[in-house]
Amino acid sequence: MEGALSILSKEKQQDGPLLRVEGLSKFYGGRIGCADVSFDLWPGEVLGIVGESGSGKSTLLSCLAGHLSPDRGEVIYAGRDTVTMPEPERRMLGRTDWAFVHQNPRDGLRMGVSAGGNVGERLMAVGARNYGAIRETASDWLGRVEISPGRIDDRPRQFSGGMQQRLQIARNLVTGPKLVFMDEPTGGLDVSVQARLLDLLRGLVRDMGLAVIIVTHDLAVARLLAHRLMVMKDGRVIEAGLTDQVLDDPQAAYTQLLVSSVLQV
Amino acid sequence: MTDQAYNFAYLDEQTKRMIRRAILKGIAVPGYQVPFASREMPMPYGWGTGGVQVTAACLTPEDVLKVIDQGADDTTNAVSIRAFFARTAGVATTEATAQASVIQTRHRIPEAPLTEGQILVYQVPIPEPLRFLEPRESETRRMHALEDYGLMHVKLYEDIARHGEIATAYAYPVKVEGRYVMDPSPIPKFDNPKLGGMAAIQLFGAGREQRIYALPPYTRVVSLDFEDHPFVASKADHACDLCGSEVSYLDEVITDDRGSRMFCCSDTDYCAGRRDAGHRGRLSPEEVA
Repeated sequence: MEGALSILSKEKQQDGPLLRVEGLSKFYGGRIGCADVSFDLWPGEVLGIVGESGSGKSTLLSCLAGHLSPDRGEVIYAGRDTVTMPEPERRMLGRTDWAFVHQNPRDGLRMGVSAGGNVGERLMAVGARNYGAIRETASDWLGRVEISPGRIDDRPRQFSGGMQQRLQIARNLVTGPKLVFMDEPTGGLDVSVQARLLDLLRGLVRDMGLAVIIVTHDLAVARLLAHRLMVMKDGRVIEAGLTDQVLDDPQAAYTQLLVSSVLQV
Repeated sequence: MTDQAYNFAYLDEQTKRMIRRAILKGIAVPGYQVPFASREMPMPYGWGTGGVQVTAACLTPEDVLKVIDQGADDTTNAVSIRAFFARTAGVATTEATAQASVIQTRHRIPEAPLTEGQILVYQVPIPEPLRFLEPRESETRRMHALEDYGLMHVKLYEDIARHGEIATAYAYPVKVEGRYVMDPSPIPKFDNPKLGGMAAIQLFGAGREQRIYALPPYTRVVSLDFEDHPFVASKADHACDLCGSEVSYLDEVITDDRGSRMFCCSDTDYCAGRRDAGHRGRLSPEEVA
């Protein structure tokens, strides 16, 4: 495991952005999924992608994470183009340097496998073969996402929605990734659970120096987590900038609409 | 009888050629599951339709066939498949492991070491070791292609987490030549060490799932495990009550309704051979001299 991780981390010892995206486009037949998206992501930076449903946020995220193959453009991670990279290498990235947090924890967890097994899967996938060590790491991570280590042998089915989402985060972060993709991580949770999850995420992002690309339609989440924002509409980026700048002084008409649509309690 | 109405060994020659091609490919890529066009056989799925097709493709008129079911020569499955080939192929049959050139087996490897020139044919119900972990066939095939086997250890991890040890007792997953993870068919894990380095050719046929895979002679086969929970080939901690053997795999037989039980070799040929040689167990009387 150590070997696999260090190979990848060695290549990252370089200056420049962690992820560089150039002219990324994805079409579904004649319709646009996302078009001509370009941005740089630096280590430790949190980039929010906001926009209404159907604006191409999730398509963009899937293309970046290698779940969909884009029709045009390049995604350069640590100097290598992940679009043209062979599938085994991309999978290796997917379980070492990258992590993907799904909106629905059911998509990201194995519901029939205990919490410890879920957290340990990535470790075992990169070659960990010592049961005791895997279990210790899993129990440590459960503690870090505020799940009692006593529940290590319980199935995710027996967890509440918020706990499932925290378990999914633990499972993804256990191999110490550098870049985390999140698709509406707080979707479907009630506000107090959301608040705790956001707190936890903020702490983890800061402590581990994670670079995060977070897709959300919740501007409050974006405000709390993201350093920079990209606003998408109809598959295109219509505005980008620092979070506070975009939210407090929106330039594009659509962004103004989006910001003014938020309910004030 | 209408035996002459059948081609030699039941299947027509084109079908046998097709199966042989799959077998050759399987031998060329040890542990890889080769799809083949499995035929309807005159027996239900689960009774060894895959094994029977592989045996049919391997048989020549000079072969001597042995068929075992859980190690025994005289159980329904073994008797009927043996009779099937005796009738449709007219080959000689035997119960002696050493004399057989083709051995079709359900869920055991014979105790007697096999030699070069012998073929061991396994009946396989579910060839995909990842099946109960990942239900999508498209995904399991991709996992095999990319050697993405972390999930297999998740299963073993779950075993230890739940039972304190690797509780998988049969169909214990193995890694073949450092490449493919393979389901050795539901043989007890006691038999797993015999898979590797065996002199005989081992062929696996799954009829319903339409897969053939193979281990050529002297293949490296490693049972998956953890560093701190190593693989252990386990058996019942007894000696055979008939032949006294302490090293063979044992069946437990309930003998009455008051909890009495006996243990005897699951390999009937091995057990009978030892008794003929004068070995005695707890329940077999000394022969009167």
